[in-house]
Amino acid sequence: MMRPLIAQAPPLEPTVRLYRQLRLIRVVEEEVARVYPTDRIKSPVHLSIGQEFVAVGVCDVLEPRDHVSITYRGHAAYLAKGGDLRGMIAEMYGKKAGCAQGRGGSMHLVDLSAGVIGASAVVGTSIPVAAGFALAAKRRKTGAVVACFLGDGASEEGCFYETLNFAALHKLPILFVCENNGYAIHEPLSKRWATDRLTERVATFGIPAERLTDGDVFTVRNAAKAAVEAMRASGGPAFLEVACYRWQEHVGPNQDYDQGYRPASELAPWVADDQVPRLAGMLDPSVVERIDAEIRNAVADAFAFAEETPFPDPEDLYDHVYA
Amino acid sequence: MTTSTPEGRLLRYVDALCEAFAQEMRRDENVFVFGLDVDDHKAIQGSTRGLLAEFGPERVFTTPLSEDAMTGVAIGAAMSGMRPVHTHIRMDFLLLCMNQLVNIAAKARYMYGGTVSVPMVVRSMIGKSWGQGAQHSQALHSMFMHVPGLKVVAPSNAHDAKGCMIAAIRDDNPVIFMEHRLLYPTEAYVPETPYEVRPGKARVVAPGDDVTVVGISNMVVECLRARELLAEVGITAEVIDPIWLTPLDLDTIVDSARRTRRLLVADNGWTACGAGAEIIAGVLERAGPDAGIAVKRIGFAPTSCPPSPPLEAEFYPNPGTVAATVHAMVRPQAAGWVPDPERTKLAYQTQFRGPF
Repeated sequence: MMRPLIAQAPPLEPTVRLYRQLRLIRVVEEEVARVYPTDRIKSPVHLSIGQEFVAVGVCDVLEPRDHVSITYRGHAAYLAKGGDLRGMIAEMYGKKAGCAQGRGGSMHLVDLSAGVIGASAVVGTSIPVAAGFALAAKRRKTGAVVACFLGDGASEEGCFYETLNFAALHKLPILFVCENNGYAIHEPLSKRWATDRLTERVATFGIPAERLTDGDVFTVRNAAKAAVEAMRASGGPAFLEVACYRWQEHVGPNQDYDQGYRPASELAPWVADDQVPRLAGMLDPSVVERIDAEIRNAVADAFAFAEETPFPDPEDLYDHVYA
Repeated sequence: MTTSTPEGRLLRYVDALCEAFAQEMRRDENVFVFGLDVDDHKAIQGSTRGLLAEFGPERVFTTPLSEDAMTGVAIGAAMSGMRPVHTHIRMDFLLLCMNQLVNIAAKARYMYGGTVSVPMVVRSMIGKSWGQGAQHSQALHSMFMHVPGLKVVAPSNAHDAKGCMIAAIRDDNPVIFMEHRLLYPTEAYVPETPYEVRPGKARVVAPGDDVTVVGISNMVVECLRARELLAEVGITAEVIDPIWLTPLDLDTIVDSARRTRRLLVADNGWTACGAGAEIIAGVLERAGPDAGIAVKRIGFAPTSCPPSPPLEAEFYPNPGTVAATVHAMVRPQAAGWVPDPERTKLAYQTQFRGPF
């Protein structure tokens, strides 16, 4: 599968790198939202617009040998880790050249060549699977780590606590990153959590745990960098709870502030502090212009590819049931 | 148990399993065995005895009582190229693993477009009698047979236990490996060198002309004893052990049933939506109405398993109920025949003494 031009770019200053990834994800997701009503995307989409800074900040400190475990709202982390853009869009179109050959869809993105573990639509289910990758990395002494993304909803599943305990017990090299956007589908934390002390709960397993609330991609990057460096040196898991906000509806391309379950006033401060224009403002306009043009081309290329590349043949149905 | 060419030594089922683990762990350092109690002094009835000493705690380790997450850990490790053998002391606990097994293990290969494989073995034991009761006695193989992407195996003897375990460990798919506790002390000839009893091949364990009897797991043993009782009244039963339930070797069963025109499946599970229903439906679909095959299922009574001995005796099929059912199929006009109860006790009743 062809890698996008973007992933082949040489290492750049962190700000440039972070901006490039933030912008790429934003443009991809906005294009998904734009195309979605045409019904050419054959998969329910859970957009991460506004939450990109979490995945981008964490993945910036990861290496190719590392893995990420992504969620069903996983477009951002998939791209941030270098997942193939053409394969992602083609997968959402249900095409054979998709990253899962049209067998996964938006909720099951995967690209192991870029270290992206396949996502699960059953919330929380991928958390222990990520720990299994970390166990293998530890056994093989590869020095690799796993970044396991999860939402605040997934933190309520039993397997999350089971995995925290096991990861701490076995000193697995895994960074748990909770993207706390305050809602599970339409239900706010206040209706789901007895106490808003997730980070403290995780710390009782003996896991270094930190809560980040400023919505700053550099804050996320610095915390992830410290955690991953410590992990590579001595092993053992770490945990980050990152406050963020889901700008769009739970599933689908639109906003839903007219539905009554959350006010638009919640969104306003996040838009005011949007990391995409913030980082653009930190760079030379010519650099921004060049990056934006590259991204426009790459995204246009990926959607054109997804449009043109063929669907699977009906007789492909039975491929890959067994290895 | 008869094998076409007996070779090797007489070995107990439990020791055959242990030999399979040790040989595969020596062959491939990616193989590891984990699960509650695998490294304790009892070593899962001895089936993991000596593994900790030989392979160390990185490859033989216990787990927290977190069946759900531990299954996910096994899946992730398997996707990374390891070959975990996840051990459960009772199959009932697999119900805590269903999300991971059904939603990830079974589907990963497919859902991720063939980019991953999940080479893992989930072994679990079925308890029976000595008061095991409702939650230590369930054989849940039919639930797993329902799901594409899983393989399911239930070896009935020591030879197949070793060969199936080696095949399961080497298989690139998740394999649900069902062991019956009462088979553990039973002996068969087991070759010392590693070998595979490969998926998808049933075995005719005893020939006959009047009826085809398919036994599942320990019911193979009980069906062989029923066959002896039936022989005394002039009925010859062909006993087939499917060994692997997924993939299922229907051909061997169809060939036999076409000839005998009678098919009984004796399961060690409930009959509703069970392995017996699947086998019989598959045979009849393939053989067609012209084959004229009469069919019958027997299995657990449609209740939970009671611990009280008189109730439990009614709950389980036994050589007597198998033989009586066959007799009624073969000689429907004859008066009902029931063998001497003293001779129809389950195999374990003369061998097994609790506690576990």
